[in-house]
Amino acid sequence: MDLLNALVALSNFVLVPGLAYGSQLALGALGVTLVYGILRFSNFAHGDTMAFGTMTVILITWWFQSLGIHLGPLPTALLALPFGIAITGAVMLGTDRVVYRFYRRKKSDPVILVMVSLGVMFIMNGIVRFIIGPEDQNFADGERFLISARTFREMTGLPEALAIRTSTAITLVTAILVVAALFWFLNRTRTGKSMRAFSDNEDLALLSGINPERVVMVTWLIVAALTTIAGTLYGLDKSFKPFTYFQLLLPFFAAAIVGGLGNPVGAIAGGFVIAFSEVTITYAWKKVATYALPESMAPDSLMQLLSTDYKFAVSFGILLIVLLFKPTGLFQGKSV
Amino acid sequence: MTQPFLIGETMTGGYGKGPAILNDCTIAVNPGEIAVIVGPNGAGKSTAMKAVFGMLNLHSGRVLLDGEDITALSPQERVVKGMGFVPQTNNIFTSMTVEENLEMGAFIRTDDFKGTMEQVYHLFPILKEKRHQPAGQLSGGQRQQVAVGRALMTKPKVLMLDEPTAGVSPIVMDELFDRIIEVARTGLPVLMVEQNARQALEIADRAYVLVQGANAHTGTGKELLADPEVRRSFLGG
Repeated sequence: MDLLNALVALSNFVLVPGLAYGSQLALGALGVTLVYGILRFSNFAHGDTMAFGTMTVILITWWFQSLGIHLGPLPTALLALPFGIAITGAVMLGTDRVVYRFYRRKKSDPVILVMVSLGVMFIMNGIVRFIIGPEDQNFADGERFLISARTFREMTGLPEALAIRTSTAITLVTAILVVAALFWFLNRTRTGKSMRAFSDNEDLALLSGINPERVVMVTWLIVAALTTIAGTLYGLDKSFKPFTYFQLLLPFFAAAIVGGLGNPVGAIAGGFVIAFSEVTITYAWKKVATYALPESMAPDSLMQLLSTDYKFAVSFGILLIVLLFKPTGLFQGKSV
Repeated sequence: MTQPFLIGETMTGGYGKGPAILNDCTIAVNPGEIAVIVGPNGAGKSTAMKAVFGMLNLHSGRVLLDGEDITALSPQERVVKGMGFVPQTNNIFTSMTVEENLEMGAFIRTDDFKGTMEQVYHLFPILKEKRHQPAGQLSGGQRQQVAVGRALMTKPKVLMLDEPTAGVSPIVMDELFDRIIEVARTGLPVLMVEQNARQALEIADRAYVLVQGANAHTGTGKELLADPEVRRSFLGG
């Protein structure tokens, strides 16, 4: 038995990756939940919007790199992020003007808007593949590790190592900053409060003189920022591939629904619930178990409940359970 | 008689392209007055108020506010012109705190609304006590106070209440009526629709009994309370 090494292995393979993935999901789910709360439809184009935002960041990163602009130990992508957000924001506003506004004016049913967003999804998807291609893109640069496995072993003398990658640390810090800024905006500013009011009771918001077009515009800009940031962090942490980003739609929706659609706090909680479920269920526990259990009980198998290929089954399973037993989600959200 | 402050004159109209619900209906209110609209179920009481507020297509007739013809304006534009409207249901932001509800009421104002908020708290002390609670957690009567408070935050020139006492207990109802009288005493014209005809007529300076979308009886509250025909048909003898 060696609990210390078990703990280090657990942190290295489950806790730290789970935290990073959870933060990325939380940011994505926040976007889904905002669109649902304010524009009142499930935005299927969310994953591909994220791919588009990340693509713009990657292209600008490459351009900066070619100009020799670097951020030292930090990835250049962070420098490109504001530009990527601005471009994505403009594209979102354009999409709203050309597509969504028409249906909003007609007061179309949410299901029609969902189908419309599906169309937007295919177009975004095509644009991204046309511009950057369907392959994997790696755009991370700068220092790779904050604490490498080797440094950790030298520091602690333990055989197990806890490596913390720069991208993980950046993900956590950025996510905390972004969420804090978003909540400050929603709870403290006039525009933020008007967005919550609009989400709560549209008719009364109109009677109070809140301009719906402005609320919608601000929402799209925030969603553009959230998706671009989430996508860039995910890309730095793993890699960028349009299809993977499209697939992230499922955990995003699972997270938003688990937390309670339309509820920002719920989206964050849901993101971590989904992330940790995925990671713990697809992780091979053999190593941790070998350390933690007495030698006689050491497992022979990998102790992996589900192959990583099936990780989406986890989100889907949780989604089903929540919809069956608590359709409004863990936090008070709107029923689906 | 001079032109009333707010008047919906000979209004005829209905929802969308549907049949007319109002037939030559006239509703008016002056500063310092409480005007109530009463009548049997389906008489078009709420519809008449919504017509004054612009939520209805008028086929004929017009609405004047302080002498200005506002018939063509949307409800939102009428809010800016100074009409405060409290809908019958869904009249608060349930997920937001009491104070945030009031702030949203003052959304169109660019000046400092702290003074108005103090006035609202003075009028409804319970709201000050609960100002950091989500409005959705309050009791029915307190919610109505939030709803009226929200409408007052715009500093309206006229306050319109659609069945403010629907679904609250008799005691709370009396208290709400007292508050509404207080509001009217400040000089603000109050126009309201009421189910509880007797109590409403008791506080009304001007009352309209509607039957099938038309004015059946008009007078002061006391006159109508004393009118044997009104008593027989609406007040149960």
